[in-house]
Order: sequence, then C-alpha cells, then structure tokens
Amino acid sequence: MGSRASSLLREEDIEEIKKETGFSHSQITRLYSRFHSLDKGENGALSREDFQRIPELAINPLGDRIINAFFPEGEDQVNFRGFMRTLAHFRPVEDNEKNKVLTPGEPLNSRINKLLFAFRLYDLDRDDKISREELLQVLRMMVGVNISDEQLGSIADRTIQEADTNGDMCISFNEFTKVLEKVDVEQKMSIRFLH
Amino acid sequence: MLLGISFTLWVTLLLVFIIVPAIFGLSFGIRGLYMKTLLKVFKWATVRMERGAKEKNHLLYKPYSLNSIIAKEPTSLEDELKEIRRNGSSRELDGSASTTTGPSPSSSEFEMSDTFYFCRRGIESIVDDEVTKCFSAEELESWNLLTRSNYNFQHISTRLTVLWGFGVIIRYGFLLPLRLTLAITGISLLVVFTTIIGLLPNGRLKNFLSETVHLMCYRICVRALTAIITYHHSENKPKNGGICVANHTSPIDVIILASDGCYAMVGQIHGGLMGLIQRSMVKACPHIWFERLEVKDRHLVAKRLSDHVKDKSKLPILIFPEGTCINNTSVMMFKKGSFEIGSTVYPVAIKYDPRFGDAFWNSSKFGMVNYLLRMMSSWAIVCSVWYLPPMSRQEDEDAVQFANRVKAAIARQGGLVDLLWDGGLKRGKVKDAFKEEQQKIYSKILVGTQADRSRS
Repeated sequence: MGSRASSLLREEDIEEIKKETGFSHSQITRLYSRFHSLDKGENGALSREDFQRIPELAINPLGDRIINAFFPEGEDQVNFRGFMRTLAHFRPVEDNEKNKVLTPGEPLNSRINKLLFAFRLYDLDRDDKISREELLQVLRMMVGVNISDEQLGSIADRTIQEADTNGDMCISFNEFTKVLEKVDVEQKMSIRFLH
Repeated sequence: MLLGISFTLWVTLLLVFIIVPAIFGLSFGIRGLYMKTLLKVFKWATVRMERGAKEKNHLLYKPYSLNSIIAKEPTSLEDELKEIRRNGSSRELDGSASTTTGPSPSSSEFEMSDTFYFCRRGIESIVDDEVTKCFSAEELESWNLLTRSNYNFQHISTRLTVLWGFGVIIRYGFLLPLRLTLAITGISLLVVFTTIIGLLPNGRLKNFLSETVHLMCYRICVRALTAIITYHHSENKPKNGGICVANHTSPIDVIILASDGCYAMVGQIHGGLMGLIQRSMVKACPHIWFERLEVKDRHLVAKRLSDHVKDKSKLPILIFPEGTCINNTSVMMFKKGSFEIGSTVYPVAIKYDPRFGDAFWNSSKFGMVNYLLRMMSSWAIVCSVWYLPPMSRQEDEDAVQFANRVKAAIARQGGLVDLLWDGGLKRGKVKDAFKEEQQKIYSKILVGTQADRSRS
C-alpha cells in the first residue's frame, strides 16, 4: 500500500543516500514514494517490467537502454539505493558544489560521470569502446525503419571517422569526451529537481 | 421483549429518517452537518500530526502527486537537436574531417549527443509521468482518520490514536451495519418493484411508475453510501433521445447520476446478483444489456445504441467513454463509439472530494466486494455533479475531434487534467505507433539534409 511508503525508509538510509547522491531529505522521500508506486510486486526492488509499464518510457526510442542503465551487470532487480545512484547522475551541477567534495572521488552528477552514463548507453558490452556495431544499434533504435541500412552505415562510418583519433575504428571514452567538448553536457543531461 | 422494542425503534428511525425522504427526494440536512463536523476533526488531526512531527524534528511527508518532483523542460525534439547542431558541433573546428560542403551550421548530421534528449526525457518519465499516477488513489493533504490514507504513521500521538479508535468503532460498528441494511433494502425493493411493474402493459402509467421506483431505490442506495451530492446546472439535465457521457471513477457513478434522473443503462450482462438486478430492471423500462460476445461487435453495439436514441420515448443513454475507472484527477481518452452515433451529447462532470472517502475503484488491486466494503466503511462519499450544456458534432469535425472537445469541457468543469492517453493503459501496453512517430521525426532531421547534399 502506497500509504506506508515513507515509514519503510529509515533515517540512517536517508542520510547515507544523501551523502552518496547529494539529494536533499525531501527529494529522497519523494523519490522513495515514486519508487514504491512503480514497485507493483511490492518487494522493495524494481524489475525491467516495472519500468516498461511507464507509457512515456515505453515509447521512448532509447527506452530499453535507459532501463538497462539502472541494472548492474547481470542483475535484474534494482533496489532503492541503486535507483537513486542512477538518478543522481541527472542532478544539476550547482556552482557551489564544484568546489565541495561530498565523497572521495567525483560526485555522481559531475560532467565526467554524465558523459560516462551517455557513453554506456552506446557501449552495451562494457568493453570501454563503442564499436561500429554498437553505434549502428543505437542509431537503428532512434530512427526505426525510416532509414536504409546503407545510409545508416555511412552515417556510422562518418561518425567514427571523425571521432577516431587512434585509428582503431572504435570510439573510446576519451575520444567520446573530445567530440562532445563543446556540448553543454551539464545542462542537457540534468533534470530540474524541485526543492 | 427488549430485542423487539429496539428492533422496532431501529426500523422506525430508518423509515422516518432515511427511506421516506428518499421516496420523496427530501433531506433533513443531517448529512451536511455530519460533513462539517468531520472536516473540523480532520483539521485537528493534521495539526496534531504536524506538531508531533516537529517535536521529533522530521518533515511531514507530503504526497508527491500534489507537488511535482521535477520541472520538465518543454523543448521539443526538433528544437533541441537544432540547438545541439548550432552550438556544440565540433565539425566547424575540424574542417578537414568534414565531408560536407553545404551550409554546415545547420547541417543535421548525426551527433553523438543526440541521445541526450531521449535520455533526459526517459529519466524524466521514470521520475514523474502523467499516466501511472492516474491508476492509483489520489493522495491527501490532511489525514482523514482512515488507515488506508495515512503516510505518517510514526507521528501519531496517543490522543490521535484514541480518536482513530473512536473512528473505527463508529465506522464499523454503527455506519457499516446501517449502510448494509439500507443497501439490501434498496436493492430488494428495486428487484421486487421492477418485476411487478414489468407485468403492466406498456404505456404512460408504466413509465411513470418505473421512473418513480428507479429513483426511489437509487436514492436509498445513495443513503446507503452516505453520499452527499451537489448537483449543479440541473437545467442541462439530459433529455430523451440523447446520450449522457461522464467521466468514470467508480461503479458508484451510476448510482449518483441515476438518483437524480432516469437513464437507460448500457452494459454487459453479468451473472449472479448483478445479473438478477439487470434482468428485473429491464422489465420495467428498456435498458441496453449486451451479451459478452456482442460487446466485441462494434457495429452491433452502434446499431442498438442508435436505434435506442431514435426512439424519443426512451430514456437518455448513460455511457462512460473512458471505458475504465480513473482516479478522478484526470480524464483519459474517450472512446469514439458513442460520439459516432449522431445524437445530442449531454456531458456530465463528476468530481469526488477525496477527504471523506476515496471512491476510486482500483480494479487491479481490489475486487468488487472488497471495494464496496471500503466504500461503506468510509466516512462519506462527497461529490459534485455538473450538468454541462448539450453538445452536438459539428459539420467539420470527426468523431475523435468531437470526443476530445467533449472531454476538454468535462475536464475544465471538474478541474481535472485532460490527458490524451488511453485508459486501457491500466492493463495493456502502449501502442508502438507512438514510438514510431518519434523515430520518424528524428529520421527526418537526419535524412532531411542528406537529400540537400549534392555529393556524399
């Protein structure tokens, strides 16, 4: 029952998530309620079907890849911590945070981590390279049946040609970052969370 | 002997305060008083809970559906992709790698950052989407002493618990048996009287008696739920030969509308008690009941409906075009069937006040009996009904546009959100056509300038 949602989340958990992700207390309780409402099986974890039940996500061409990003290697359940960790990538970067260090290492919503999220959308086999095949797959998801294989292939080839600097016919994370140098990643890969 | 006296007393009270006024459509105003008292109590309860929360230094949980978690960017796919190409393309720097000689600032080659748009939209819909929240009960600002709508369990003080305990005793010990008695009385009277009336020959007397009996029994049922209804604009009440459409929240909608006017119902024939009621109702006046198989045949359905409306002596048809129960915060897609028939449409907006008891039937969670039990153990069902001015299909609109126009009017009056999504999404998957639309738009942006390029 959705009504008990907030009482299942303990204060210690909220504090830990706050430290890890940077979300505020009220944002975390709200997102917990959302998590709970998506969890039809009421077992404290979301499955891929739970995500696919959201119509707006089901009609998103990259819907399946986005859902995939929530699930760690080989698993098909994501708990609330994992859910928040993934969502944290989309927290906007606030100016005063650029100098603060919440946890050792990069905060989850830094530019690098946002780019890594986008990179992983392409790189399905997690070998840290976007191959021509992987690029084609994503392109195909986005265009559907409207563009022929040859045309799509030449688009992919062109893209790799322009990005590839070390000649291995794949796009590494560094090459990916270089290509997107001028893109305002912080803004494009952020969602405006309210208080 | 004591038992006999108390029983007689009980029955007399019932008769005087409830059944007789129901027959004549009068009211003592008891329910209005009841409502005001309850509101005061709820307010007090919420204040206590806020105080309790403050003592423990917590924030009181506010339901997420009332205030959004995020502010969505309203940019469209095209705008965003054009912007990416204007600002972020690294191609202008690296002239040697580019193969295009055409106007490059707006050239729509594939950019790796194109995925960002879909990504962001996808995550936004995971955090907050329009549809899934329509299929679960609306959440309340203040607590109404029902366990089912409480989110701040840990903040309840002793006094509040005692009050809640009182509430339970009143609701289950007094209100529930009372309501059950009324419901049983109402339904039995309906079945018995309509069967009797069915024996009369067709004519004005039969119609008059049928209407009286239907109204009387529905009014008893209304009191069985302690439904406090306010009707607005009764001058627009549906007339014979028309179709009445309303937004659907629960099976109780039927009782609410039918206690104020006479309608011909449309529906599938059920078995059991429901079936018995349906069969006896149709003896007194013509309702439209379909066999299970007939429901699939759209032409048959349309034909029967249009035959009915053509006969001006028959009552207006009552239809819920959404096809399923929605949680009364929005109105979802209207199925076009009833709008193709070509008669006058009388829209009706029904808005429930969720503070006294949530009328929404979440059919994936609760069965009918469970639902009725919850209804009868709530404080009351409070709602407003607005009769909107009649509408007809214009020359230049088709059934779908007409349906959307009616839907917008109902949403506007009831203060509901007007959604284009199909109520069938409660159980079924969304059509791939929507995804294909997005893919088409994106493809056009990619390919559109491929055609411009003279060499490739």
